[in-house]
Amino acid sequence: MQIQPILAALKKHKIPAFLIVLEIALACAVLCNTVFMIGQRISEIHLPNAIDEAGVSVINVNGIDPKTANADIPRDLDALRQIPGVTAAAAFNMFPLGNNSWNTDVGTSPDSLFAKDSPNIAEYMFTKGGPEAIGMRLLEGRFFTDEEYAGSKLGDNYLPTSHVVVVTQSLAQRLWPGESALGKRVWIGQQQNYTVVGVVANVLRPGQNGGGIGHFYWAMFLPVSPAAGIQNYVVRSAPQARDRVLRDSVAKLEALSPSVVVKGQAFTEIRNKFFADARSMVWMLVLVCVVMLAVTAFGIVGLTSFWVGQRRRQIGIRRAVGATRAHILQYFQTENFLLSTAGVVIGMVLAFGINLYLMQHYQLNRLPWYYLPASAIALWLLGQLAVLGPALRAANVPPVVATRDA
Amino acid sequence: MFAYYLDLAIRSLKRNPVLTFLMVLAIAVGIGASMTTLTVMHILSGDPLPGRSARIFYPQVDPTPATSDWQHKYPLPMMDYTSAVDLWSAQRADRQALVVDSPVKVRAPNANRPPLMLAMTSTMSDFFPMFDVPFEYGGAWTPADDANRARVAVISSDLNDKLFGGKDSVGKTLRLKDSDVRIVGVLKPWRPSPRFYSVVGGMSGNGQGALPYARPEDVFTPFFTGLEINAGAFQQYTCWSVPPVPGHLQNAPCVWVALWVELDSAAKASGYRSFVANYAQQQKALGRFQQTDTRMLDLVQWLDYEQVIPSNVALQMWLAFAFLAICLLNTLGLLLAKFLRRAGEIGVRRALGASRRSVFAQCLTEAGLIGFIGGLGGWLLTLLGLWLVRRQQTPYSDLVHLDVSMFVVTFVLAVAVSLLAGALPALRASRIAPALQLKTL
Repeated sequence: MQIQPILAALKKHKIPAFLIVLEIALACAVLCNTVFMIGQRISEIHLPNAIDEAGVSVINVNGIDPKTANADIPRDLDALRQIPGVTAAAAFNMFPLGNNSWNTDVGTSPDSLFAKDSPNIAEYMFTKGGPEAIGMRLLEGRFFTDEEYAGSKLGDNYLPTSHVVVVTQSLAQRLWPGESALGKRVWIGQQQNYTVVGVVANVLRPGQNGGGIGHFYWAMFLPVSPAAGIQNYVVRSAPQARDRVLRDSVAKLEALSPSVVVKGQAFTEIRNKFFADARSMVWMLVLVCVVMLAVTAFGIVGLTSFWVGQRRRQIGIRRAVGATRAHILQYFQTENFLLSTAGVVIGMVLAFGINLYLMQHYQLNRLPWYYLPASAIALWLLGQLAVLGPALRAANVPPVVATRDA
Repeated sequence: MFAYYLDLAIRSLKRNPVLTFLMVLAIAVGIGASMTTLTVMHILSGDPLPGRSARIFYPQVDPTPATSDWQHKYPLPMMDYTSAVDLWSAQRADRQALVVDSPVKVRAPNANRPPLMLAMTSTMSDFFPMFDVPFEYGGAWTPADDANRARVAVISSDLNDKLFGGKDSVGKTLRLKDSDVRIVGVLKPWRPSPRFYSVVGGMSGNGQGALPYARPEDVFTPFFTGLEINAGAFQQYTCWSVPPVPGHLQNAPCVWVALWVELDSAAKASGYRSFVANYAQQQKALGRFQQTDTRMLDLVQWLDYEQVIPSNVALQMWLAFAFLAICLLNTLGLLLAKFLRRAGEIGVRRALGASRRSVFAQCLTEAGLIGFIGGLGGWLLTLLGLWLVRRQQTPYSDLVHLDVSMFVVTFVLAVAVSLLAGALPALRASRIAPALQLKTL
């Protein structure tokens, strides 16, 4: 296929050619960035969380009298465990994706608190049976002993008086990279420290806490005996029985203490709510992508049709002097390929620029390089598909057109 | 002449219904997408106190220790108790109010219903006139109530509907945690967007978060009254060492209180600025402060600084405008094709005496007509888009609607976009040489 005559013809239609190139460039730039954003949001929505998400329900009780909390909570938990289908129950201070988080800065030595790079992490606390109730997965070491639960009171500084802690895998790697975390100490301030007795698979925090996805797994777990503030009951059951168990649990707690505010949610519902915003953003972005590609394709169809109409006579002459239908088809396809190529080259540069801007203003990550060729290929294909219709019509122009007067 | 051009435009559009439809569709979806996002942006970035916001200020001081790890570029976004109460007690502004939120258990005596967990704002009597809060029944408490820690409260119209069936409940009693308070005022439905007076920190209980576009709190009590009856329920914005007694933050090394002041003139504002700066100097001399940084932004600057507009919304808006640009290019290309295809007809008109200007005007009329029809479609799509936004679970969903100004902007934008798209093709069409065209006829 000769490119020379195509370029010569395009020179006669500088403005429409330029418009197509610009449209493809813009579409390519927007496509790269939106597909990238869609990917990021989807991976956020599907972040793994090593708990029994399908079987866990969380019941929040608000307004327990702090003076009687240490008696009321065990009574409530006993009542919950008696509900048929409940396999474990415990009280937590907070729960994953619950938005309400107890956080603290920690260090690996007494004086590293408030150092600039000390990680801010979430501190989960739970009563006896907590790991079973939420379904955590132990990777190394052990969970807590009965004595550790019983001997750990929630102090006035909202920290348990125990000296043992379980950390997530991500936090262990952050604090002691390349080493085993077991036996190491986590410091909170200069007095309080906790010895790591176990490492669990990554559990999400109650919220992102501004640290981005990288910090989403920085959490530690502390044993505590029942106290005011530890008032989210986590109840586990088989997934099939969950909805009934949740209903029964709420009813039972309301009956036990009429003066408190009881609110129960299945964990799947909590997760759905947490990511509702991200999910609607994904739909919106997908919609924009599809409509944008459609508009671009229609633009190509429209302009190419116009060109075909304008060049009917020339096509007829070419056919009359020996060009086959395939030649004519190839002519328009090559023309579109050249325009698309120019478009995607500009588009890739533009995409990169937009990404730099978004990185500065909206804390987006760097666009991985393979998004650029991927969306280039997508637009090449789109261009070829769009041009096919008008090009086939051009190929069907009979040679006899050449003999007729225009 | 315009009527004639309009007639010609309608004929021309009817001649290529598919092409016309494509152009109208492109403009409509482009306008629909950008107007949906622009409307959301317009609503979220509106001035919550039009006409008054320039007189409302948010002073800040820096009570943090001088240790190098706590160097802040600006003072923390809230105040410690001592500084806040000192500055408030000085009464140096025209109006001033401390604001702090906490979750509280609420019951109405004699009402047979489970207790509610609600958000409570504890503030000063000045809060209501300063922020133009509308009352349905009763009114704000008095400054004496502030000082005497009176057991009084103002409730939202939502709560009044829920507990008292919307009737005048002034004088009735409400149980907040373990204390009875007397209702002195009931608000009219009040939905400032954003909830400007507490965009940072605030309450984070019950998974509600300190979302800037959440509804206002349901219960308002005098500041010191609130601290007394709901002791233990207050949450710090941040602390620089562990508070001695959690929830009791009065003497804690924490920031958790907001101070708002109203200053009626620029002179008063600069006076108040130096007053706050002097206060910081004096506290440093006394050894309580180690830093003397202060700052006082006005309401709009403060909202800007706190970046209350969700970044998703801004992103969507940029995306929508990029999309509109693509639609514009698309329409431009199609119009160009269309006008140049009619080169013969235009040549005849020119030969019969039409000036370049009138050919240009005729082509633009056609483009403008497409824009207007596209605007109609865009308006419908905007309504659809806003309906979708309202169905999302965002705290601002209930605020989203198309107001008159945005309705007008929709059409102005649609016609402007299509005229912009039509200008170049029209110019090209008007430069068609009549002789060349006539020869080929």
